[in-house]
Amino acid sequence: MGDSHEHEHDHGHDHAHDHEGQDVPSATALRVKALESLLVEKGLVDPAALDALIDTYESKIGPRNGARVVARAWADPAYKQRLLKDASSAIAELGYSGAQGEHMVVVENTPSVHNLVVCTLCSCYPWPVLGLPPVWYKSYAYRSRAVIDPRGVLAELGLSLAEDVSVRVWDSTSEIRYLVLPLRPPNTDNLEEEALADLVSRDSMIGVALPAAPEGRAP
Amino acid sequence: MNGVHDMGGMHGFGPVQPEADEPVFHAPWEGKVYAMRRLVGAWRRWNIDAGRHSIERMPAAEYLRTSYYEKWLQSLEMLVVERGLITAAELASGRADPAAPKMTPPVRSADIPAIATARGSSERESSVPPRFAIGQKVRSRKINPVGHTRIPRYVRGRIGTVELDHKAHVFPDSNADFRGEAPQRLYTVRFAARELWGDAANPADAVLVDLWEEYLEPV
Repeated sequence: MGDSHEHEHDHGHDHAHDHEGQDVPSATALRVKALESLLVEKGLVDPAALDALIDTYESKIGPRNGARVVARAWADPAYKQRLLKDASSAIAELGYSGAQGEHMVVVENTPSVHNLVVCTLCSCYPWPVLGLPPVWYKSYAYRSRAVIDPRGVLAELGLSLAEDVSVRVWDSTSEIRYLVLPLRPPNTDNLEEEALADLVSRDSMIGVALPAAPEGRAP
Repeated sequence: MNGVHDMGGMHGFGPVQPEADEPVFHAPWEGKVYAMRRLVGAWRRWNIDAGRHSIERMPAAEYLRTSYYEKWLQSLEMLVVERGLITAAELASGRADPAAPKMTPPVRSADIPAIATARGSSERESSVPPRFAIGQKVRSRKINPVGHTRIPRYVRGRIGTVELDHKAHVFPDSNADFRGEAPQRLYTVRFAARELWGDAANPADAVLVDLWEEYLEPV
């Protein structure tokens, strides 16, 4: 029953309801507030820096960064070669770097190879290109099953692969961070880089989805 | 340690359940926990491996019951006390000891853009030649370290092929206990899915795992 508990908690109970139906902060929210007050009182953190960091990951660093990397690789063969040879430097060319993206490796999907990324031991994830991970990536279900039953997980998520396509699952056990370079969808020859980036979803760069078709929209 | 965090290959956690239009943080306290952990981390009283180990040291039932950011909160409370940034009495009372000097945060809000994109690294210079070559068969050692380690149980004793050589990186097993960075060669090793999971696995599939030299032996 761990999953139902996890699911419940992962959605975060910021507020509980008291008998009058008023919102009251949850025990966890109060505990966080107490720790924050103490850290600020002691001069261990700058409260404005906390807010600035939260804003950075809520509004500046997200999967749009990775989508631009993928779109550049699709549009520019020389960039793609640099990306596959030294991903950290090639990604930094576009201005993306930072914590949890210091040692990037980009793995390329082909008609015969499909790549999938997981972290079975914790929830390692390439923050500078994808932002912070979604709850399902951190879930016990994904962490436990991606390595033993990748095809089952992918099928559940709506991606059924042919038996003769090799699935390569990358378990991020070190500080190396993996990003999937999806196959460029057909009928996209006339699209500019920005339009290509619109097709590249977060999930396609983790390897649990394919990029959108040109007339579609990236989920 | 053979902890419950080492989930690769386990059953019983149910389906992977993505959430549509998921926010980065599900409640304001999650963002605060994320930001506090990073900014208190800037005091460098611990390292990333000690941080991961502190989460693994949670009692197994507690680990399974709590969400990702609840784990971060619990481990942050442990670390600030264990590493001497605040006292257990201060944490319990929520009040700073009036006799303790007020400190100056190492990171201010103006520093956040630089902090967000700063490139740290776990790679270290080493003159030690690599023991294994790309393409070489290796066996992941049958070991059961009681402290922090990044060799998942599901690869121990299994034979794979060296896929990538990442040069020398900080060794987590040593660094997590503050016994030094002890850098050593890091490789990505490719294991056939059938070697890990038996004949039911697709013969075309593989799992690739980052493993330090000490985790490996020649075949």
